[in-house]
Amino acid sequence: MTDTAMEAADLTLAYGRRRAPALRGCSFRLAAGRVCAVVGPNGAGKSTLLALAAGLLRPTSGRLAVLGGSPADVRTRIAYVAQDKPLYPQLTIAETLRLGAELNPGRWDAALAARVVADGELDPGARVRSLSGGQRTRVALALALGKRAELLLLDEPMADLDPLARHQLMGTLMAEAAEHGTTVVMSSHIVGELADTCDHLLLVSGGRVRLGGGIDDLVNAHALITGARPLTDLAAHTVVESHATGRGLTALVRPDGPLRLDSGWDVEEPSLEELLLAHLRSPDAPPLLTPGANPADRTAVTA
Amino acid sequence: MVEYRIDRRSGVATYLQIVQQTQQALRLGLLEPGDKLPTAREVVEATAINPNTVLKAYRELEREGLVEARRGLGTFVRKSLGSTPADSPLRGELLEWAGRARAAGLERDDVAALFTAVLDEQFTPERLASEQDTTGRGTTVKATPAKNPTAKGDPA
Repeated sequence: MTDTAMEAADLTLAYGRRRAPALRGCSFRLAAGRVCAVVGPNGAGKSTLLALAAGLLRPTSGRLAVLGGSPADVRTRIAYVAQDKPLYPQLTIAETLRLGAELNPGRWDAALAARVVADGELDPGARVRSLSGGQRTRVALALALGKRAELLLLDEPMADLDPLARHQLMGTLMAEAAEHGTTVVMSSHIVGELADTCDHLLLVSGGRVRLGGGIDDLVNAHALITGARPLTDLAAHTVVESHATGRGLTALVRPDGPLRLDSGWDVEEPSLEELLLAHLRSPDAPPLLTPGANPADRTAVTA
Repeated sequence: MVEYRIDRRSGVATYLQIVQQTQQALRLGLLEPGDKLPTAREVVEATAINPNTVLKAYRELEREGLVEARRGLGTFVRKSLGSTPADSPLRGELLEWAGRARAAGLERDDVAALFTAVLDEQFTPERLASEQDTTGRGTTVKATPAKNPTAKGDPA
């Protein structure tokens, strides 16, 4: 058992020589037992990163270690749900779960998988082809949870679920994480929901990791500053984004040392959403990996 | 067993909502010494929040001396938060004072502001800490932390 769920070193993936790489020189570390959100705009490289971790793609250069090994070596210990939730349409739900049992000898939790399906009031005799998108997602998650993996890789798991199903399945996921210390990595666009369920964040855009680390650490590393003062006051700090508001300005800054500001400034803690939006609007802001999320400083790891 | 209700729009940190709802349950007598709090698994299954958030709330309650974690068994209530009975002399004095304030022409908001200012003066963390040493017992009225008391850098 390793304390690191995922570790990327200069990870690059190009889908073809002529196309810009989907991931460019990404380095980050994710401690085991975290619930990590992978966020970023469409086409940022989120799905590519998850497919690499699942061993479905091979890096063009660089390295991605998963649970201390190569993705292919640890395949029995990871579960991956792709964005389009691929299942065999001609199988019934019961047959699909039996497939899960046959393919995962020794680890399959039939009771858990059956409960996830039953919570959605799905008929085990129904064929996958007859299910709605959200129902198919539920069956795909039942397969992934039934595997009792140490690492769950979920690509947009909640996108087509109704609010009740989303709450229920997220609750089941969190319960698994609480009881078994399962590491969960999920990509999503729904920032409000992530703030409650995730404790770790990877912000990917333009094929690069822009932010990586514990959500509390990342939020604490920034300040939202408002004041009727010139921007030059903030010269000592990293200004991620600033814009004029009335007579003054609002800025999201990364303080490089203590914020010694005149009384004319109002300092607040940004919300996760404000933090993400500011970084997405400012692609040139320097990336930030908090201690523990940076493979370069393993000594600072506390988890 | 208490059930936590997480309000995502309240602006209050999720872990603090759990702390406050537990304190409220103690005041109302819904929880009494010896009662077991729900496990982290039970809370997250019902609320779909991160398990660490629950653990952080329970650590805070433990720090306040309200609950204790027993290894392998769960988290248990240590003491109740006594409320002031309706017929206490303190209530009578407050009632009288409020009447005088109203007679003096103060509005409801003025009175509330004045009362809050006095509370803030009387129940500062430093003052409570210094009194804890001499009395050895908690006060009947417990100031609820208005802001994140564990401050920055807490590895939740």
